[in-house]
Amino acid sequence: MKWEKYLFPASIEEALAMLEDHQGRARVIAGGTDLVPELKRREREVECLVDISRLEELKGIQLEGDVIRVGASVTHQQLAASDLIRERATALAEGAHAVGSPQIRYMGTVGGNIVNAQPAADTAIPLMALDAEAEIVSGEGSRSQPLKSLYVRPGESTVDASSEILVALRFRGLDGNEGSAFARLAKRKALALPILNAAVVASLNGAGTAFEEVRLALGPVALIPFRARKAEEALRGKAIETEAIASALEIASEEAQPRSNPLRATREYRQEMVRVLLRRALQRAVESAQS
Amino acid sequence: MVSLTMTLNGEEVTIEVRPDALLVDVLRDQLELTGTKEACGEGECGACTVLLDGEPVTSCLVPALKAQGREVMTVEGLASGGELHPLQKAFIEHGAVQCGYCTPGMLMSAKALLDRNPHPTEGEIRQAISGNLCRCTGYVKIVEAIKAASED
Repeated sequence: MKWEKYLFPASIEEALAMLEDHQGRARVIAGGTDLVPELKRREREVECLVDISRLEELKGIQLEGDVIRVGASVTHQQLAASDLIRERATALAEGAHAVGSPQIRYMGTVGGNIVNAQPAADTAIPLMALDAEAEIVSGEGSRSQPLKSLYVRPGESTVDASSEILVALRFRGLDGNEGSAFARLAKRKALALPILNAAVVASLNGAGTAFEEVRLALGPVALIPFRARKAEEALRGKAIETEAIASALEIASEEAQPRSNPLRATREYRQEMVRVLLRRALQRAVESAQS
Repeated sequence: MVSLTMTLNGEEVTIEVRPDALLVDVLRDQLELTGTKEACGEGECGACTVLLDGEPVTSCLVPALKAQGREVMTVEGLASGGELHPLQKAFIEHGAVQCGYCTPGMLMSAKALLDRNPHPTEGEIRQAISGNLCRCTGYVKIVEAIKAASED
């Protein structure tokens, strides 16, 4: 027996009550694409699964003023196909499109991709570059936290899936002189974890000739999704020229601390590829901001 | 045991299942629809692909109770009135079946594609079956068969 009860709450309140009833022995399930294999392998034990994928509050992608709200149970497929996301958060649409396979994208959710806390999750990296905030509910109420603060180490989130629920992600939709892009390196085009992935958000000046602000996110180059802050700082206010970009990418490659993985890539290769992937994503983000 | 009601290949079915049953096991072992295959058991190979409310999912990762109140379609639901589905005919005509183990999953991924995009490009076809592995390496004929079915 992998789990004894499988429950569908009718509301967030009911879901929290179900979790509370089981005192740490219940766990939230959404798409299940990460959780079910873990439970099958007995890497995790639960008594009860609380399926939040049918809750209305967790669904849908909406524009609230300037801010895009993505419900936590929005699937990768829905993100990749959303016109709003493709236009105003391109990197996120591209990242979602890179997850797993078509089947995994139809099942897996953005909330699960975050709570599962892998440092190179393909939606987490663009959401880091978009400076997303997460809305979480627990018995104590609702709170909003920067995405980055949800990460502890690979596979460990501060969101406790046995008592809390990630409800939505929020970030400002890009407009006018802004653009974003996602780049990824993997051994195959489907069903392969990234050797490296990168997301860039670029805000340009009115003339489209200089960077006002750039946000660079990378994975897996640290225990958690990484922002190359020194490189971002190096690009602030700089004209969009080859030399300034090359020197910022050099900085990014130094501040990134990837590890060697016998199945995927060495530390040295990854560090070298930081420059390559960031350059590709930066170029496309700038082109999109200028058009 | 828990009661599960779903629409399976167009007909409403109610069945008692274990709370931790996976959809692939309910389909194969309880309902004896063995067309759906299980291979890797962790969502990597696509052999167990079925449609859930018209969307392709790997049924080895789907808790059976997720199908509660929803529509499930398996490879057995493709043919109708004794006639094979155009995709099934095209797979036969183009020699897109070797050992046959990946075929039900390939067919269901192809069906999901054509339902949304009746005239896909070759690239779109390859993308649609990118979550389905064929270890006989027969992808070219599979792609040709899907292309042919889309042109009918």
